[in-house]
Amino acid sequence: MDYAILLQILDSTIRLAVPLLLACLAGLYSERSGIFDIGLEGKMLMAAMCTGAVAAMTGSVWVGLLAGIAGSVLFAVIHGVASITFRGNQLISGVALNFVASGVTVLVAQSLFQQGGRTPPLSGDARFNPITLPFADALSGVPILGPFYADVVSGHGALVYIAFLAVPATWWVLYRTRFGLRLRAVGENPASVDTAGISVVRLRYAAVVITGLLCGLAGAYMAAGLQAGFGKEMTAGRGYIALAALIFAKWRPWYALMATLLFGFFQALALRPDVIRNTIGFDVPVPALDALPYILTVIVLAGFVGRAIPPRAGGEPYVKER
Amino acid sequence: MTRLPRWADLVLVPFISLALAGIISAIVILAIGQSPWEALRTMVTGSVGSAYAWGYTLYYATSFMFTGLAVTVAFHGSLFNIGGEGQAQLGGLGVALVCLALPWPHWTLALPVAMVAGAIFGAAWAAVPAYLQARRGSHIVITTIMFNYIGAALIIYLLVNVLKPAGQMDPATARFPAGTALPTLSDLPLLSLIFDKKVPANVTLFVALIACWLVWLILWRTRLGYEIRAFGKSEPAAIYAGISPFKVTMIAMLISGALAGLMSINNVMGESGRLLQNSSEGAGFIGIAVALMGRNHPIGVFLAAILFGMLYQGGAEIGLWTSIPIELRTVVQGLVILFTGALDQMVRMILGIFFRPRRMEAA
Repeated sequence: MDYAILLQILDSTIRLAVPLLLACLAGLYSERSGIFDIGLEGKMLMAAMCTGAVAAMTGSVWVGLLAGIAGSVLFAVIHGVASITFRGNQLISGVALNFVASGVTVLVAQSLFQQGGRTPPLSGDARFNPITLPFADALSGVPILGPFYADVVSGHGALVYIAFLAVPATWWVLYRTRFGLRLRAVGENPASVDTAGISVVRLRYAAVVITGLLCGLAGAYMAAGLQAGFGKEMTAGRGYIALAALIFAKWRPWYALMATLLFGFFQALALRPDVIRNTIGFDVPVPALDALPYILTVIVLAGFVGRAIPPRAGGEPYVKER
Repeated sequence: MTRLPRWADLVLVPFISLALAGIISAIVILAIGQSPWEALRTMVTGSVGSAYAWGYTLYYATSFMFTGLAVTVAFHGSLFNIGGEGQAQLGGLGVALVCLALPWPHWTLALPVAMVAGAIFGAAWAAVPAYLQARRGSHIVITTIMFNYIGAALIIYLLVNVLKPAGQMDPATARFPAGTALPTLSDLPLLSLIFDKKVPANVTLFVALIACWLVWLILWRTRLGYEIRAFGKSEPAAIYAGISPFKVTMIAMLISGALAGLMSINNVMGESGRLLQNSSEGAGFIGIAVALMGRNHPIGVFLAAILFGMLYQGGAEIGLWTSIPIELRTVVQGLVILFTGALDQMVRMILGIFFRPRRMEAA
């Protein structure tokens, strides 16, 4: 494999890893606060549809992004109402909202545009246009690092850089702020947080809304960055891969970056079977690459490579003592 | 919160949940500029308006009974099996391998062997998550989700690279021999008087009914069922009573996987006559809704499966005859799951208001 092809694959690794990374960080906030969320998929889909539709109607990707976040946060709040206020089963609520999102996105897109449940193709300002980082052209002559900077690091849409900045930001919020400490505590032992006079309900709602916001970014990137418009079931299981990455990362932000880059790399490889054949000399079936993130996650879950211990209060509704 | 009387909990709560899901669905239909009344009419006539329509409704209901029972058995052991989808597809692989292995002379010979194969393959796909839960404490919800995707990838690989006959374009196995074709309700004596047109509902329906009865028998009339339920109610109490958590987890999940795998005699053997990609078509997930709606009792599962059969078939009719997309049925299913499974406390709180005064008078 020569350097140019490697750069191409790394470039698509980043593109494919970004929605996973955003959704993974989204899940991190919710699960760290003790609310399981298997509805990442549905929220991303909702955001993708809202972004695709509003960006197509207004011609502005930023208005679309806001609509996407709104759609995703709406679903996050429903999940919050079901699992925090009414203390329902968080897993079932997630499954249900994925169903609703899968159907309702197509219904709305079809009634708005009559294009078989898709939104019209986006172009120009209705998409996230590539940003050329400073000196990318000037440095592209530098051997090895120059093309890497120009082709892999530079030239992505704004959300890609936001996603990568969200990793240190999440680390900082989680480990260096009062909110982060309380968030982690409420996912481990809500009763102690309650005893300290802090509202468990408010903290968990805050976490769930942040989850909705980040899923909104992930979905908006799907519809207006990775692709140009919304299509039925376009997230194609990414919400579940993000969930797998979250477990793989053991609910920690920097590891989430590593895990989603790894899973993004598998997805990038799956698009280039020719490269695999030329590099290792035999064909790896594409389904095997598709299944690899899930298999790795099961291995991690089984505790063969370190133990993945979820937040202790995860999935348990908190009942305040009276 | 007021405790509801038993009848209200068993009958009123599901009914009101369903009504709420219906109201929200109607609002969705209105919001996209269509008529909910028209949708309801199309749905009802298309699913229960004629013997022909019933033939489709019962066909879907048969699949949902199996997956609903699968979720039920696991639920009683406090295990949430979201892996019905993968287990049903793997069961389909078992059924396909049996059907293709021999030139079966008659369906009565092929059916028992196919059932055993479907059940074993389904159970095998549930066995790994069950083992990881029982021995390593890996959360079964996550592992079964992962196994759905691993299973789907495995089936695609096998269909494209191994099982697809030479010269065929679409990823599917060869057609099964004619001797494996299960008689449909319109082929059976007496029933053919009712079902005068060819319908997909087939003899698997009777297998599903027997399965409902067997699940009831196992859960409420055997020592094993008692152990599963005791373990599901309270793990420490069950361990104190000498019940092995490992054994209960494994057996409950194996039965659950086997039931999900058995579903494929309905769709793979009875209807399509070959194994296709994504053969289960979401029935594994609908099983969750069916079990929730049916309050984890075989009779409830039977009734809920028919209801979801109506929704599924009626939804298809809406997609065909109105300008509302077929995806409406996914929304309705999701809403039913949401209200029966996650917002059930809300429904109980609302009902509690109506039951409270009466109780105070009594006191």
